[in-house]
Amino acid sequence: MANVPEDLHYSKDHEWVRVEGDQAIIGITDYAQNSLGDVVYVELPKAGEKFAGNEPFGSVESVKAVSEVFTPIAGTITSINESLADEPEKVNSDPYGDGWMIRLKMDSPGEVDSLLTAAEYEDFTKAESE
Amino acid sequence: MIDFGGWDMPVQYPAGTIEEHLRTRTHAGLFDVSHMGEIDVRGPDAIAFVNRITSNDVNKLVDGQAQYTALTTPQGTVIDDLLVYRLAADHLLLVVNAGTTDKDWDWIKSHHAGEQVELKNVSADYCQLALQGPDAIAILQKLTDTPLDDIKYYHFTRGQVDAIDSIISRTGYTGEDGFEIYAAPEHAERLWSRILEAGNFGTDQGVLPCGLAARNTLRLEAGLALYGHEIDENTTLLEANLGWICKLDKGDFIGRETLAQQKADGVKRKLVGFEVTDRGIARDDQEVVINDQRVGKVTSGSPAPFLKKNIGFAYVPAEYASVGQEIKVDVRGRLVGAQIVKTPFYKRPK
Repeated sequence: MANVPEDLHYSKDHEWVRVEGDQAIIGITDYAQNSLGDVVYVELPKAGEKFAGNEPFGSVESVKAVSEVFTPIAGTITSINESLADEPEKVNSDPYGDGWMIRLKMDSPGEVDSLLTAAEYEDFTKAESE
Repeated sequence: MIDFGGWDMPVQYPAGTIEEHLRTRTHAGLFDVSHMGEIDVRGPDAIAFVNRITSNDVNKLVDGQAQYTALTTPQGTVIDDLLVYRLAADHLLLVVNAGTTDKDWDWIKSHHAGEQVELKNVSADYCQLALQGPDAIAILQKLTDTPLDDIKYYHFTRGQVDAIDSIISRTGYTGEDGFEIYAAPEHAERLWSRILEAGNFGTDQGVLPCGLAARNTLRLEAGLALYGHEIDENTTLLEANLGWICKLDKGDFIGRETLAQQKADGVKRKLVGFEVTDRGIARDDQEVVINDQRVGKVTSGSPAPFLKKNIGFAYVPAEYASVGQEIKVDVRGRLVGAQIVKTPFYKRPK
């Protein structure tokens, strides 16, 4: 079973969001990293770039495939996980920790309420894999 | 699982593509390649007939020897690439790609012109397992009395593997030493399990079952063409650097004239291997840019797990096809630098 931490918000594109004040930390879920397989390359935006909600902000590549990753909420990038450039495998080994991707300042912090809860996301992935 | 030429096949097993790839290079990998097609050609004109429809010289084969070759069109392009096994002077077995088996079968039948041969599509009569890697020979030897050391590269013999009648062929598609084993399909599951057991599957240095993704990265590192990517009905053998399987002086064969002309004139474009020098991974079908011109396309692009580089094959105009040439690949709108390198990218230590 994929790990789905209680305290995070989730998107249907399999990103997670951890809220810290007016900032959001974003990565991909355990379920997503598992279906992708070994991650060999992560492409991320630059600090300062602005994104609307549900907009591709980068890509994650396994040996076989390229997948886009989407901003679950709108905001401006304040920092990215630079270490993924040399250690993309962190996305597999620690998707909710060292494998985080971007941190952004949310345009409207209330937007996270429209995302899935852990329980809702778990149901969603179950339905998707059936 | 994905659909591959009408077969349900695993892209990868639980170990994952990278581990499967590395294990095959360092120890052994086992591939279920039963999807490959087999066409039986029997009769006094078997060699003459196959020699007329393929580009390599079947006359060079002795009993128990296999040959890499191509079914060619009159334009010198490729209907399929295949192995020809000489079972006897009047009996050949053609091993073709899964996705092209029906097309090949129709093509072969329609080009049969009076030669005394009996043709049979026997694809359903064989399973095929490929055991590849430096440990392949020791693993397989545990299951057979046939002295495997005596089978030279690109040779084969009939023998028993775990008491199952098989064709044991020292061939493969990974750039490693190894064997391809053909047997009746009802034995596939048992052969699979016994080879995994004999290879200590489940231990750190044991054999690993490998899926299609590892099969692709292994053949790419080894610089081997994949039908539908490097070669197809729009690419000639000479463009694809397969001049070594074009025996223009062996006598007439379909496409010989065009290929001879092309050899005399020189090809306009050529298949080259490249290594990405910037950050990024080139992928199939992305465009190649040289001097701001879009001049060609990537035919296969992927990370190379053993070499730890991002590599690929591409067609470029012949004037740019030299080792060291800098190119760019349009990776989803970003121009990523790469350099033409010698192939094969990987050569196993002898």
